[in-house]
Amino acid sequence: MTHADQSSAVHVRGLSKAYGRLHAVRDLDLDVGYGEIFAILGPNGAGKSTTIEILEGHRQRDSGHVRVLGEDPGTAGRGWRGKVGIVLQEASDSGMLTVSETVHMFAKCYGKVRVPEEVLELVGLGSVSGSRVRTLSGGQRRRLDVALGIIGMPELLFLDEPTTGFDPEARRQFWDLIRLLAHDGTTILLTTHYLDEAATLADRVAVITNGRVVAVDSPARLTGYVSSAATVRWMEGDEVHVEETDHPTDLIRQRSRDGAELAQLTVTRPTLEDAYLQLIGLA
Amino acid sequence: MAIDHVHSASPPQRGATEPESPLPSPLRIGLSRVVPELKNFCRRPEQLALTFSMPAVICILLGSIFSTKLPNSDTSTGAVIAASMLAYGILSTSFINLGISIAADRDTGALRRLRGTPATASSYFIGKILLVAVASLAEAVVLLSVGVLVFQLRLPTTLFGWFTLAWVFLLGIISCSLLGIFISNFASNAVSAAVITNGPAVALQFVSGTYVPLIVLPTWMLVFGSIFPVKWMAQGFRSVLLPSKMAAFEPAGSWEHWQIFFVLTAWSIGGLIACLAVFRWSDKK
Repeated sequence: MTHADQSSAVHVRGLSKAYGRLHAVRDLDLDVGYGEIFAILGPNGAGKSTTIEILEGHRQRDSGHVRVLGEDPGTAGRGWRGKVGIVLQEASDSGMLTVSETVHMFAKCYGKVRVPEEVLELVGLGSVSGSRVRTLSGGQRRRLDVALGIIGMPELLFLDEPTTGFDPEARRQFWDLIRLLAHDGTTILLTTHYLDEAATLADRVAVITNGRVVAVDSPARLTGYVSSAATVRWMEGDEVHVEETDHPTDLIRQRSRDGAELAQLTVTRPTLEDAYLQLIGLA
Repeated sequence: MAIDHVHSASPPQRGATEPESPLPSPLRIGLSRVVPELKNFCRRPEQLALTFSMPAVICILLGSIFSTKLPNSDTSTGAVIAASMLAYGILSTSFINLGISIAADRDTGALRRLRGTPATASSYFIGKILLVAVASLAEAVVLLSVGVLVFQLRLPTTLFGWFTLAWVFLLGIISCSLLGIFISNFASNAVSAAVITNGPAVALQFVSGTYVPLIVLPTWMLVFGSIFPVKWMAQGFRSVLLPSKMAAFEPAGSWEHWQIFFVLTAWSIGGLIACLAVFRWSDKK
């Protein structure tokens, strides 16, 4: 085991996976530090789920070096699975059990567990703990998935597109929950195709497209990956003027030398979204 | 979400000095799954009705149609069918039940979720097998009640009779459960599993002597039916629930206990090997 294997919660070099002729993941490198919230951001079909499923031990890889908590997820045993929490992207099991029965059942699988009732409070399902799982709304179902993912006090939690289908309020609550788990020292690796989710939540973001990592950095720094020129817009008569410049203050000073007000003046800088779109080749 | 409770609910957990709690054994995890499995089973009324009433209803219908006494005996064809029907009951609670429920577990993500925990495949099957054991016992009670009350079957009076009933029952459950687990691998969801388990099950009833007595079957059907465990289970149950002279109406003219034992054991071993070879946690490769 190399130094890198031990110092990172997740250490990936040259990961590749193909389904027939479709190369879902190609030569992918990734390092996630202990205690980080790390987001894999990319459009649908970029290879996010394939990557995270290989890291979870749910899928076999074609090639590459992968260590998760120091072990190869392809061959790791029960002890390793006890330290990893997995929140599945879609699941509809345990429909006939109640929320509480389901959490208690999974609590029996681990050596060290959170108290089931406290986990349900934590994810906001305390009030429906006696309801059958199949009567839950989509958002509640997802929170149950999270409850089952964290019941065994994982050191590392995988979340595959956790907030897909959430309303804005539910998403914000969900983000608070993730921050909370991270605050307790849990390493979090999540995939998302929501830019705002990656930007608000993650310490670092890996942007992937066509199975390759095209950038890894903090959300703030990713913005710097595109040209930083400002765009100045204003109206003159019926005409919209748009100019890109590195010195917007100068430009505005010159244009309103006579003290005239520039109609509908805006100065914009590239956002993370612009950076993201450029990185995945859509801008 | 109750964010304020965080620190009381989940105190900081990570630390070098923290003692490792040992994982529960696969057996313990498996046993902890029995009650949830039973609840999941019992809370589907339509499944419950199908599993328990179908064999009983068919038993009453067929038994009432074939009410004439067999030549030179006090036993009706209906009683022969009622005794044999126990084999269908077991097939229903083991083969069909497991085939459908495992395919459903794979389809809904239950198996994949379990795969992500320290539970092992053996934990999962311990839960399933005990579910089958309980359901099969309940089924046996239902069908034996019908047999005794409606068709004058007599429960064994000797220790040997109960011993025979017990091992035929046990080997029947094991072989049919393993076949159910095996066949679940070829279904992508509960609906397709219902088709690929019920189809063969109905066909087997006809060639195994549970719907119609073996003596009326053409030879090729008898030979075909003799390959599968249902025929032998039914024969074993008849051997203890019918008067001993009824052996004359068996194709071989005797109860063939050793043959029953060998065929059911062979299916159990073959089924186990087949399951180990093809069982998969999910459809993902």
